[in-house]
Amino acid sequence: MTQLHTPSLAGALHHPDGEKHVEKISVRDLRFYYGQYEALKGINISIPDRRVTAFIGPSGCGKSTLLRVLNRIYEMYPGQRATGEVMVDGDNILDPNLDLTKLRTKIGMVFQKPTPFPMSIYENVAFGIRLYDKISRADMDERVHWALSQAALWDEVKDKLHQLGTGLSGGQQQRLCIARAIAVRPEILLMDEPASALDPISTAKLEELIEKLREEFCIVIVTHNMQQAARASDYTAFMYLGELVEFDTSEKIFTNPSNVRTRDYVTGRFG
Amino acid sequence: MALIDDADLNRIRRIRNGRLADIFFRWLTWSFMALVLLMLGGVIVVLVQGAAPALKLFGFDFLITAKWNPVTDEYGALVPLVGTLATSAVAMLVGVPASFAVAFFLTELCPYKLRTSLSTAVELLAAVPSIIYGIWGLFVAAPFFQATVEPALAAWLGPIPLIGQLFSGVPIGIGILLAGLILGLMILPFMTAVMRDVFETVPAVLRESAYGLGATRWEVVWKVVLPYCRTGVVGAVMLGLGRALGETMAVTFVIGNAHRLPKSLFDPATTISAALANEFTEAVSDTYTSALIALGLVLFLLTFIVLAAGRRLLLRAEVAKTGGGK
Repeated sequence: MTQLHTPSLAGALHHPDGEKHVEKISVRDLRFYYGQYEALKGINISIPDRRVTAFIGPSGCGKSTLLRVLNRIYEMYPGQRATGEVMVDGDNILDPNLDLTKLRTKIGMVFQKPTPFPMSIYENVAFGIRLYDKISRADMDERVHWALSQAALWDEVKDKLHQLGTGLSGGQQQRLCIARAIAVRPEILLMDEPASALDPISTAKLEELIEKLREEFCIVIVTHNMQQAARASDYTAFMYLGELVEFDTSEKIFTNPSNVRTRDYVTGRFG
Repeated sequence: MALIDDADLNRIRRIRNGRLADIFFRWLTWSFMALVLLMLGGVIVVLVQGAAPALKLFGFDFLITAKWNPVTDEYGALVPLVGTLATSAVAMLVGVPASFAVAFFLTELCPYKLRTSLSTAVELLAAVPSIIYGIWGLFVAAPFFQATVEPALAAWLGPIPLIGQLFSGVPIGIGILLAGLILGLMILPFMTAVMRDVFETVPAVLRESAYGLGATRWEVVWKVVLPYCRTGVVGAVMLGLGRALGETMAVTFVIGNAHRLPKSLFDPATTISAALANEFTEAVSDTYTSALIALGLVLFLLTFIVLAAGRRLLLRAEVAKTGGGK
C-alpha cells in the first residue's frame, strides 16, 4: 500500500485497498490571477477517474478558483487568467484553441446555490442535451427519465415534469441541477459546495447521490464541511492561501495527516 | 449609583426623536402620494368634463367615424386613432428588435472597455429633444425616403399580395412609415437602457451554468436570460409603447397631418397627439374644442389600456413562474 504524502504528479494513485486508479485530470504548475492578485500559486495535482476527490480549506484558499479553471468558466470575466497546464485525457484544456463547447460537454458543473433555468423541469434537463444532440421525443423522454432517476428526483417530480423548475424546493432544485449536469453524460462532474444551501435531509440525499455517481463519473467536490469531505470522498486535498498543502486518501487526511497545518485545520484549530 | 446614566438618557432621547421623525416622514410621503392620486383624478375629471359635449353629440360613433370637418362641425376619432396605432406599431416593429439587439450586444458581446462609453452614448440618444428628431426627420430623412427608400420598398414589397398594399401609393416621404421609424428610433434608447439593466439582474451563476453546459452566447440569452427577465423586458416594451403612443412633436413634423384614412404606410395621416398639437389654437366652435378634448380622452384610455394589459401579462407570467399548482 502506497501512501502519497506530497502533492503528486504520479500517473496513477493508489487507493487504500491497493486498487490502481486511472488519472483523469492532471494539473501542473497551475497559477491563476484575478488581475494582479495571484490566487493559485503553482498547483500540482492528479485527480483519479471514477472517484470522489474533495477540496477543503478555509475561505479564500483558492479551492473554488481551481474548480472554475477546470471548465474554464472564469473566461467569462475580464482580467482573470490562468497559466500552467491542466490535462484532461491528455488534452491541455488551457490551450486557447481548444473547443470550449466540447470541453464543457465533457465537464458538468453544479454550483453552490441551485440554478434552475426559468423553464419546466423537463426542459431544464433537456436543455443541455438539445445543445448537441437532435434526438427523437421518445429518446429525449428516456434521457430525461434516466437523468432524473440518477439524481434521485424522478419519483418526486414525475407527475409535474411540465411545471417550472424554479417552483421546486431548494434541495429538489439542487438535484435538478445535478440531473441537468449529468443528462449530457459528462465524464467529470464539478461540484462547488453543492450542499451549503441545503437542509440536513437534502444534504444526506445529495451525499447518497454522490456515492452512487462516483461509479460512473470523476467527481471533484469543493466543500466547507469536513464531515462531508470525510464521508463522501475517496481523496481529499487541503488547500491554504492558494497552495496545495496536502493531498491524500480521505482516511489519511482526516485521521493521520502528514502536514501540521492540515492537522490543525481538520481538527478545527483554525479555519 | 444612578439607575439611568447619560448614555441611557441619550438613547431614550434618540428613540423619542426618531419616533417623531418617523411619524413626520410617514405623513410627508403620504401627502405626496395623495397629490399624485389627486392629479390623476383631476386629469380624468377635466378630460371627461371637457369631452362630454362632443361625446353626447356623437355617441359611440365618435370612435368609428372617419369624418373630421370643422366647417360642418362633424368630428370622428377614427383617423387619428388609426394613425396613432399604425405609427406605434411601426415603431415597435423596428424598435423592439433593435433595442433587444443593442442590449444583447452591450451585455454579452461588447468588450468590457467599451461597455460604459457605448451605454452612455445610447442614453445620450434619449436626451435629444424630440423636436430635433422632428426637424431631422423633415429635412433629412423625408427627402431621402421620398427619393430612395420608399420607391425601393414599393418595388420590392409592392408586388407581394396583402403586404404589398402597405407599400403602395405615392412615395412622398412624409407619412406613417417615416413617423413610425422616427418613433422607433426615439424609443430605442429607453427600451435599450431598461433591457440592459434587466439583463444585468440575471445572477452570474445562472449564466455560468448555461455556459457551463456548453451553450453559446445566443443560446444563453435566448433560452435563459430572456425567459428569466421576461417581466422586465415586457416592462421595457410597455414603456416604449406608452411613449410611442403619446409622442407629439417629432410625429407632428413628419406625419403630414392629413385627416384622411390612410391606405398604405406611405400615406400622410395624423395621430391623436399631432391633431391636438395642431388644432387647439384654431378650434373656434365649442364642439370643435370638445371633440379635441375627447380625442385626448381616447389617448388617455388607450395608454391606460396598454399599461393595464402589460401589467396583466406580467402578472400571468409571475403566476406561471411560481409553478401554477403551488
